[in-house]
Amino acid sequence: MPVLDLWSMAFVFLLATFVGFQVIQNVSRLLHTPLMSLTNAISAIAVVGSIIIAGEQKSTFSLILGTVAVAASVTNIVSGFLITDRMLKMFRERKPRS
Amino acid sequence: MSLAEHLTQASYLGAAALFILSLRWLSDPKTARRGVLAGVGGMALAMIGTLLHPEIVNYTWIVVAIVVGTMIGIPLSKVPLTAVPQRTALSHAFGGLAAGLVGTAKYFLWLHDGELTTFRMGAIGIEVILGYLTFTGSLMAAGKLQEIIPTRPMTYRGQNVVNLGLLAVAAGAALLLLFRPDIWQLFPVIIVLSLAFGVLMIMPIGGADMPTVISLLNAYAGLAAVAMGFALENKVLITAGALDGSSGLILSIIMCRAMNRSFTNVLFGAFGQVQATAAGAEAKSVKSGTPRDAADLLENAARVVIVPGYGMAVAQAQHRVREIYDQLTKRGIDVKFAIHPVAGRMPGHMNVLLAEAEVPYDALIEMDEINRDLPQTDVVLVVGANDVVNPAARHDTGSPIYGMPIIDADRAKFVIANKRSMNPGFAGIENELYSADNTLMLFGDAKAVLGEVVKALAGDATH
Repeated sequence: MPVLDLWSMAFVFLLATFVGFQVIQNVSRLLHTPLMSLTNAISAIAVVGSIIIAGEQKSTFSLILGTVAVAASVTNIVSGFLITDRMLKMFRERKPRS
Repeated sequence: MSLAEHLTQASYLGAAALFILSLRWLSDPKTARRGVLAGVGGMALAMIGTLLHPEIVNYTWIVVAIVVGTMIGIPLSKVPLTAVPQRTALSHAFGGLAAGLVGTAKYFLWLHDGELTTFRMGAIGIEVILGYLTFTGSLMAAGKLQEIIPTRPMTYRGQNVVNLGLLAVAAGAALLLLFRPDIWQLFPVIIVLSLAFGVLMIMPIGGADMPTVISLLNAYAGLAAVAMGFALENKVLITAGALDGSSGLILSIIMCRAMNRSFTNVLFGAFGQVQATAAGAEAKSVKSGTPRDAADLLENAARVVIVPGYGMAVAQAQHRVREIYDQLTKRGIDVKFAIHPVAGRMPGHMNVLLAEAEVPYDALIEMDEINRDLPQTDVVLVVGANDVVNPAARHDTGSPIYGMPIIDADRAKFVIANKRSMNPGFAGIENELYSADNTLMLFGDAKAVLGEVVKALAGDATH
């Protein structure tokens, strides 16, 4: 791998971490549970690696591991986004009472 | 670079932007649901981009796995909200597993093809260790939260030495692979040691420490995805993993601060051991009251603060609490909720339960803010909270929770504390709040007893 690729990945990691710190520090404490389920769904981006392993079919062994990894990641994507939305729907402001 | 490759990279770039926006919109309850949409969009984009990858020759098993994952995922998203901590731990386990499996597959494929560079080996080593320890660690945490596994800390002599020793051996084996990647026999050794370390790491953790540990596992799952990104040279993996990692880290720091403890203390301190000996003090006399007494106190107050804790979640009493809130606000009484950052079993646990019971979120007040109001508060109603209202944290230097920031319930004029019995709380620490002169104890299951209070209040309203 060209050395520059390595460094550009390190830059991406550094910048994404700083962006993450900034953005997440602004998340209201009220929403920390939905935050965790949302980041959980987002980190299921591991599905990208899993799809490649399952789809390139280089050996039976890697096909099995890849398929299980895709299933595990999709479980997180589906349940993570759905439950986050379900929780967020419940947060409402005080309504003027009649 | 072919057109397909350009399209893949462009979709990754778009996905990364959407993930950042997703978290950005989550900062406010008003825009939060838009954040979920952005997240879904980002994920769809990344998956489509990946499916365009020229290396992908067969889609059958991918489709099968997506169907299976969806079938497991949908019921998992419908669990009762009291089970959200377990569900979260379980999904950290799945995340860790995926990272571990991809790392394992890539190691053997690259080893076979002679493409295993030192850099790739290093990234895979980190990915696999983090992935598998997150897998078993999160399963253990989920088991403890579901109470399949005893929630008390399990400790033995030399535990920390054994745990760190295991991790050191795994790291050492990974280091050796950097120089001799062909000794493939080391790889299963790393896997087994990481799996074992995950189990042993969570054994000494008690329920009260779960909010910190679950946040830390969240960070590990993110970092495992980052390592996978480095191994596969995939920047969207690095970005999304880093976002998840920093989120988990921030939450862990907030949780640690809210308990006045350090990371090492949470992971290696085995909370709950010391207290078991320190507790045993003589039982002080407490005043026990009836739901009627509690109702009288509450309806004659002008300002009421309710402090919920894990006990409210266990008893599923959030709806009764909301009914008390309704009865009191109907009378023009000012009612607020005091939320301690570590109340419950995961960050934000109480907020979600109260939101489910339709308590408006602007009535949920953070600890620092509510503490300013407490001296002017007439009645504090404590529902299943214990350590977070224990005044010993302020003045008793011998107490294991000394220095932990608490909700100053004792500074209100009256305190009503609901508890199942006089057994000490999770940490086994005596709570002097219960024996204070201005405290009325309300013994019994929170849901049943608070239901009685609601009945008494409703009866008064009709007379």
